[in-house]
Amino acid sequence: MQQITMGEAVNQALREEMRRDEQVFVAGEGIGVGIHSNPKFPTFGLLEEFGTRRVKDTPVSEAAIAGLAVGASVMGLRPVVEIMFNPFFTIAADQIVNHAAKLRYLSGGKSKFPLVVRMKSGSGIGAGCQHSHNLEAWLAHCPGLKVVMPGTPADAKGLLKSAIRDDNPVIFIEDMILYFVPGPVPEEDYSIPIGVADVKKPGGDVTLVTWSKMLGAAFKAAAKLEQEGISVEIVDLRTLVPLDEETILKSVTKTGRLVVLHEATRTGGFGGEIAAVVAEKAFAQLKAPIKRIAAPDIPVPYSKPLEEFYLPNEKMIIESIRAIMQSKEQ
Amino acid sequence: MENPNQVVLLETMLLIRRFEEKLEALSKEPGKLHGMMIVCTGQEAVAAGVSAALEPQDVIISNHRSHGHLIAKGAEINLLMAEIYGKRTGYNKGKSGTLHIAVPEVNALCTTTVVGGGIPIAVGTAFAAQYENKDFVTVCYFGNGAADEGSFHEALNLAALWNLPVIFVCENNVYSGAQRQEEHTRVKDLADRAAAYGMASQIVDGNDVQRVYEATAEAREKCLAGDGPILLEFKTYRWGGHSTTDHQVYQPKEEIEQWKQRCPIEKLKKELLGAGVLTEATWQQLNEGVMKQVEQSVQFAEESPWPDVTEALEDIFA
Repeated sequence: MQQITMGEAVNQALREEMRRDEQVFVAGEGIGVGIHSNPKFPTFGLLEEFGTRRVKDTPVSEAAIAGLAVGASVMGLRPVVEIMFNPFFTIAADQIVNHAAKLRYLSGGKSKFPLVVRMKSGSGIGAGCQHSHNLEAWLAHCPGLKVVMPGTPADAKGLLKSAIRDDNPVIFIEDMILYFVPGPVPEEDYSIPIGVADVKKPGGDVTLVTWSKMLGAAFKAAAKLEQEGISVEIVDLRTLVPLDEETILKSVTKTGRLVVLHEATRTGGFGGEIAAVVAEKAFAQLKAPIKRIAAPDIPVPYSKPLEEFYLPNEKMIIESIRAIMQSKEQ
Repeated sequence: MENPNQVVLLETMLLIRRFEEKLEALSKEPGKLHGMMIVCTGQEAVAAGVSAALEPQDVIISNHRSHGHLIAKGAEINLLMAEIYGKRTGYNKGKSGTLHIAVPEVNALCTTTVVGGGIPIAVGTAFAAQYENKDFVTVCYFGNGAADEGSFHEALNLAALWNLPVIFVCENNVYSGAQRQEEHTRVKDLADRAAAYGMASQIVDGNDVQRVYEATAEAREKCLAGDGPILLEFKTYRWGGHSTTDHQVYQPKEEIEQWKQRCPIEKLKKELLGAGVLTEATWQQLNEGVMKQVEQSVQFAEESPWPDVTEALEDIFA
């Protein structure tokens, strides 16, 4: 099996889907010729293979980019547009929130909007809070959008293929640190269904629900806890909307303990939704109060030690899980 | 280009007028309509003239003042009225109401009430024509107020950069909400803004349906020849308030009266009577026929069933 990074995996998915389907095109800022040109970045080399008709460099115009996707998709094309960084979606938000998400409903189910909006996200790149701000919970709060946030190269490739083939607007959030982290990716054509979580590591004592970059820290913490005799089950959500409640509830029913871990800030974070689902539907199975691990409610700071402080880490996970193991049954 | 049938143009304008008058009347009756109505009374020549120059495959993107645009593009008024009543038989099963009606059957693909929200979408539909090398144009309707939105700037810049086949139709009805044009911009002619994007533009009397038709037909040919986009500014006037809940405290009575003297329907009617194309008798017939259609649409809507509440949960995802 090939070992490639998430950036390369996304690139393969884009190339393969563009080769497969003439209706697929990509557009965004610097996706053909860009200031961030890097072989590990998802759109590297697309212009050379597909030309300017299908690889559209746009002006710095997020609202127009998102509107382009909405209008092109209702005509039957399959646009994959890029909003350079997750927080920049706020300038395209009207098109995404009021149009992409709602126009099918407003048409009474007559129209379809098969579009993908890719966004880079994540702290750890030293770019500060206007580039690094995980806003997946905002997007998950808009009925009509699917929200996908892969944590491994293989998932990124398989899920992006499904997103491009999906007849609905899909928000696809890629962590920039993961662009450089290699992992095994199947050589053959495959896709991974949207809306299905993945138990990345089975365990019996505590369920750790997470997604995107936090998966790495989750694995490291779980390995150390294993040595202490604590068996952690890691559930990688992969898709926030539609939410795979079944996999979460099945795991919590088995372990009786839930820790939710995400990079985004705590208040209003999507972890609250997971906690609420479990509290509503599996309260009787819980042996201890639910715990959330998230960034503090601050903008992502620039200074390296401050940025490191922002991001939830292995130590916090280990401490939370030790604590939840000591909690008495309710 | 062949001139459109003038009587048909007159009938289209009249149908829009009577439809809107009916909505205004119904909105005063308790228990009939749910929410405010936004009508285009006085602006009928824009919708009728533009659509007369379009082909069925051409796309329109409309705004909150949409009824005229949709009727002129060929939407059936029974299904429009049912939608406005919130009934299951409406174009969008009661999910849109008056404000967001989409009629994909006539390529009216999006009606948005976010001011300026439709302009970037028109870039996308026009891009599809260019990408697939198809012969259709997109008409994007918006008002003078929308030209103050950031989306206007982004969309016109991108459409011009890519030479997209889109006709931006600025329906300048003097007001943006309660603000007169001089209170919301220093620019006298919004068409001037096209120059900022390297785009052609034209200012047209929006109450003269023939001029509207000619400007649109010419713009359409340019777009199809690869010389798009273009910005057309149609100068017109909103006889009523922003909506049926607006008491027009800011709108001078004399100004309204002056513009009523320039009624687009009266203007064409007079011309056609003068030319002998129309007689008082055929005018009466026309008017009665249109009134009957509107009354039938109300009957259709009132007799139509409500959607089942479970339908609220449908049509989110494809």
